[in-house]
Amino acid sequence: MAENHTDHEHIGIPGYLAVFAILIVGTWITYVVAFWDLDSIFPGANTLLALAIAFTKMTVVMLYFMHVRWSKELIWLSAVASFFWLLIMFAFTMQDYFTRVSGVFSA
Amino acid sequence: MQNADAFNPSLMREPKDSYLTNGYSIKSWLLTKDHKRIALMYLISISVFFFMGGLYAAAIRLELLTPGSDLLQSATYNKAFTQHGILMIFFFLIPSIPATLGNFLLPLMIGAKDLALPRINLLSLYLYWIGGILTLYALMQGGVDTGWTFYTPYSTTFSNSYVMAVGLGIFINGFSSILTGLNFIVTIHTMRAPGMTWFRLPLFVWAHYATSLVMILGTPVVAITILLLAIERVVRVGIFDPAIGGDPILFQHLFWFYSHPAVYIMILPGMGVISEVISNFSRKKIFGYEFIAFSSIAIAVFGFLVWGHHMFVSGQSIYAGLVFSFLTMVVAVPSAIKVFNWTATMYKGSISYDTPMLYAIGFLGLFLVGGLTGLFLGSVGLTVHLTDTYFVVAHFHYVMVGGQVIAYLAGIHYWWPKMTGKMYSEFWGKVSAMLVFVGFNLTFFPQFILGYQGMPRRYASYPAEFQVLNVFSTAGASVLGVGLVMPVVYLTHSIFAGKPAGDNPWMLPGLEWRCQSPPTTFNFEEQPVVTWEAYEFGEENGLDIEEARRSAGRPVTV
Repeated sequence: MAENHTDHEHIGIPGYLAVFAILIVGTWITYVVAFWDLDSIFPGANTLLALAIAFTKMTVVMLYFMHVRWSKELIWLSAVASFFWLLIMFAFTMQDYFTRVSGVFSA
Repeated sequence: MQNADAFNPSLMREPKDSYLTNGYSIKSWLLTKDHKRIALMYLISISVFFFMGGLYAAAIRLELLTPGSDLLQSATYNKAFTQHGILMIFFFLIPSIPATLGNFLLPLMIGAKDLALPRINLLSLYLYWIGGILTLYALMQGGVDTGWTFYTPYSTTFSNSYVMAVGLGIFINGFSSILTGLNFIVTIHTMRAPGMTWFRLPLFVWAHYATSLVMILGTPVVAITILLLAIERVVRVGIFDPAIGGDPILFQHLFWFYSHPAVYIMILPGMGVISEVISNFSRKKIFGYEFIAFSSIAIAVFGFLVWGHHMFVSGQSIYAGLVFSFLTMVVAVPSAIKVFNWTATMYKGSISYDTPMLYAIGFLGLFLVGGLTGLFLGSVGLTVHLTDTYFVVAHFHYVMVGGQVIAYLAGIHYWWPKMTGKMYSEFWGKVSAMLVFVGFNLTFFPQFILGYQGMPRRYASYPAEFQVLNVFSTAGASVLGVGLVMPVVYLTHSIFAGKPAGDNPWMLPGLEWRCQSPPTTFNFEEQPVVTWEAYEFGEENGLDIEEARRSAGRPVTV
């Protein structure tokens, strides 16, 4: 059971520090790339990259800080369900933004 | 028969020890981990908020008695309807059934001693109190005028009312909701008695499982949305205000991603109550158990896919509008499944018209009207005419009050003997149920017509030709008010002067009726083992309830 594990059974203090370092580096990269004009490649590229970094940080937090990596299937199911719901929110919001341009369904 | 003990008249006694007598000090209540005491404290708290929200409703209806803005100025009226909405939705409707009846009954129904996380349960109550007090403080200081929806950019830029304080109150209160949902899910997964399989669970429990999923998956989104609103209002980071690079429709997407499913947080537990009451007062196994159970889950899932129907005329793309409109029609299907199954359950049942059943039958009609008028509003064409009119106000009151509040009252009356060990006056119960039904329809049905004729919501004044129907509505509100105050009086009276109810006054097979009334702190003297199916009526209890009471030597309904 995940509840019975102590910190040292997983990745230990050095491991947690490494995860913390990943989060700090991720934040720093987010800051730096915000000054790059990636939107010239395609509109929204800056936002996409920022979200990708945030998603990576969120994943390591869930896997290591929240111990999901060592948890039972039900916990995995819950974690996957939350991501699925996030996907629903993004997808259904974006179906509005991506279809506002003139076309078959626009006024 | 395995149900025989549940109907043993010798069990009709006044218990010496119960959760109510396990300590009388304030500390014993404030630091309790007993789910039943926490439920009672929730019951009192939400009643206070319901009363306060009701005062704002009374002010609104009095103002609308005449066409001019006589009683309240427009700015004050804006605050009145905003605060009515905030108190009723966040501090009454959302916690009402889960936090009171759910908290009290879930462990009893599955044969557990308590919820899985009793301290978390108490924490959720404290968070509710903190959020509520903060909100009340803000309301007393001057209140908020944005509408309960906090639409941007008005809420972030222009409103000079107490948006931040109320937002913080709702933010904190959201965590109370999340913790309750989390507790229920863990409890249902891990605390079921031996033999209590998933398909032996009462449908009340299934409904709360579905509700908890919505609470956990949806509430964090509104919390973050309020946080983003606060960041924009205080630090002027452009998120929602187009003047600083934001998008106001993004706020509506995020807000309704939670707030439409929140409608299902409000109505699903009510549906759970109705499943219990209809089956048990028809003395008949519920028709289509699995369909009702899975329709709760289907409502919880599909309920997350329809939020855009609140935004048909707010700038959302037409394509998105069509998708959301289609899915809105789809989500009506599981609700219809429930209504058909309840009706089929009553068919050829031995129906007894006790107070809870009167409320439940009222629910069937009112929820049907509320649900079907929702389809009007979900149609992309018709909704252009109806948006922001009194048709919308009537529709959601038919669902929220005609559905949820009526179900809540049905549940309170149904389980009151279990909660207190006392019987209330059946006569006054029936009178109040009928007053609520008549008063409710008189209040809100005219609003469908007003809305269809074009009377906009959220204005203190209106053209004189709308006055007759508004007078009907205000008159109905006063009848409804009397009907809602009556249960407070006779239920409170029953605590002190009511007859002992016995353990199983309705003669039912459910597990909650097999422990004493009121229950002991740990609910059951021995670990119950479930060997029967849900709603299994044997010979003793499959009779007409009056017959069953006669054969058990019990008084027939007063």
